[in-house]
Amino acid sequence: MTDRRAPQAWLLPQPAAIVVNGLLFAGAAFALFPLLWMLAASFMAPGEASTYPPPLLPAHPTLANYRELFAHAGMGRYLANSILLAAAATALSLVFNVMAGYAFAKLRFRGRERLFRLMLGALVIPGQVAMVPLFLLLKHMGLVNTYGGVIVPALASIFGIFLVRQYALSIPDDLLEAARIDGASEWKIFAAVVVPLLKPIIVTLAVFTLLGTWNDFMWPLIVLSDQNLYTLPVALASLSREHVQDNELMMAGSVLTTLPVLIVFLALQRYYMQGLMMGAVKG
Amino acid sequence: MIGVFFVLPVVAALAISLTDFDIYALADLSNLRVVGLRNYVELLERPLFWKALGNTFYFVAAGVPLSLGASLGAALLLNSKLARFQPFFRTALFAPVVTTVVAVAVIWRYLLGARYGFLNYALSSLGIAPIDWLGDPRFAMPAIILFAVWKNFGYNMIILLAGLQNIPNELYEAARIDGASAFARLRFVTLPMLAPMLSIVAILTIAGYFQLFAEPYVMTQGGPLQSTLSVLYLMYEEGFKYWNLGSASAVAFLLFLLIFAVTLLQTRAARGGFAR
Repeated sequence: MTDRRAPQAWLLPQPAAIVVNGLLFAGAAFALFPLLWMLAASFMAPGEASTYPPPLLPAHPTLANYRELFAHAGMGRYLANSILLAAAATALSLVFNVMAGYAFAKLRFRGRERLFRLMLGALVIPGQVAMVPLFLLLKHMGLVNTYGGVIVPALASIFGIFLVRQYALSIPDDLLEAARIDGASEWKIFAAVVVPLLKPIIVTLAVFTLLGTWNDFMWPLIVLSDQNLYTLPVALASLSREHVQDNELMMAGSVLTTLPVLIVFLALQRYYMQGLMMGAVKG
Repeated sequence: MIGVFFVLPVVAALAISLTDFDIYALADLSNLRVVGLRNYVELLERPLFWKALGNTFYFVAAGVPLSLGASLGAALLLNSKLARFQPFFRTALFAPVVTTVVAVAVIWRYLLGARYGFLNYALSSLGIAPIDWLGDPRFAMPAIILFAVWKNFGYNMIILLAGLQNIPNELYEAARIDGASAFARLRFVTLPMLAPMLSIVAILTIAGYFQLFAEPYVMTQGGPLQSTLSVLYLMYEEGFKYWNLGSASAVAFLLFLLIFAVTLLQTRAARGGFAR
């Protein structure tokens, strides 16, 4: 994967081209090395990484670390928790954010513009300031230490609503009017006309929410106290405190935690980058 | 409804910070008392709070320029006409951004290890003696900054790359006809055109870097000698380890005010800059 340079790039006599591509190659190596080494070390025998000089590749690749994680560290359970929570949070938040974004773009209701500006203003508020009040609220509702408690804060996202609104603004009003004249109900219009048109942005938002909830650490750490409910990042952090010396085992745990999101990202990269640009350009 | 949903937490955080909400109040609300500003006074009298604040400022002041510098450098390289395999390089440089911070912190804890770590191995070939990166109070924060830059620079790189691609080619042509060198074109065309986007990116990055938490939690647990304890880490320990939720809320509210003030200052400064 790292060695995909075609020969002509290096045969060109232009020194500037060599510098530019050399720097890019060095940067890519810096970015990828920790991830590639994680993968290599996850197949090493216990203790193999703790030698000097540090080994690059396993001498005898083994799946023992993965077996150990699933057999004794409860990794299967954490993996299932993470998949369930990320999928549920993504599905539920999509329903909410797509409807809200569409409403802000196309439905007329009192105070719409003011509400939207207020919401954008709230973007500067760091999420952490809400953690204590939210925790107490969920405690009151009996949601602390439940799957529901992890999902609740992910349900409505200003960024998500904003993304959908910007995209939905481009839907021609005539199209919606025509559907209304044909006697379609607002629900029918939303389901049969709006959602199909919004499909690209829905995929974008889904990727963002999926990666965001999968990678989230601080909130699940706070809200979950029962080990059986832990998500992968929370479980990995707790395991890494117990197994400080077991580098190979921890690398296998890191692979299980981070490989799924990397694969999702690589498969849907186009949608992810598009969302990044749309969010950034508008500030 | 949504507006209330987002503003209410700030008001609630302020209200809780004025009480002595603790584990007894958590069990029975009748144990709750309003204590006014006592949480704030006690916090400002604690050396640990100032330590956490100092560490956080250190992380922001060193981490943000390094992070932005790496993002800008990578974006300029990717935007160069001489660059080959752009899609591959772009994806490779961006990959750390989508990884799980806990998982990659575990990797870096090993890479930064004193005895078997790759960083010390690489440094030893330059003749530098091994450094106990995460165990020495002088080096723990620089090590976390290095990790944070690696993890985050790709995000702003993509945004700045989009900004670079939006600069009209005619400007470069005109500069070239005027005999401007590559450096002069960067200095007088690229950077001024990119400035508005750079300032937005800087504001968002600063706000993000003030929220340092997972990195020290996994890599150093705030140590050694509290040298990597951040404000948010302090809030977590106060609130969710010792269950002093009133005091934790005061920490969170101070952090909010801090981020708000810095954002405001910077927006002002950026506006003043454009007016010139």
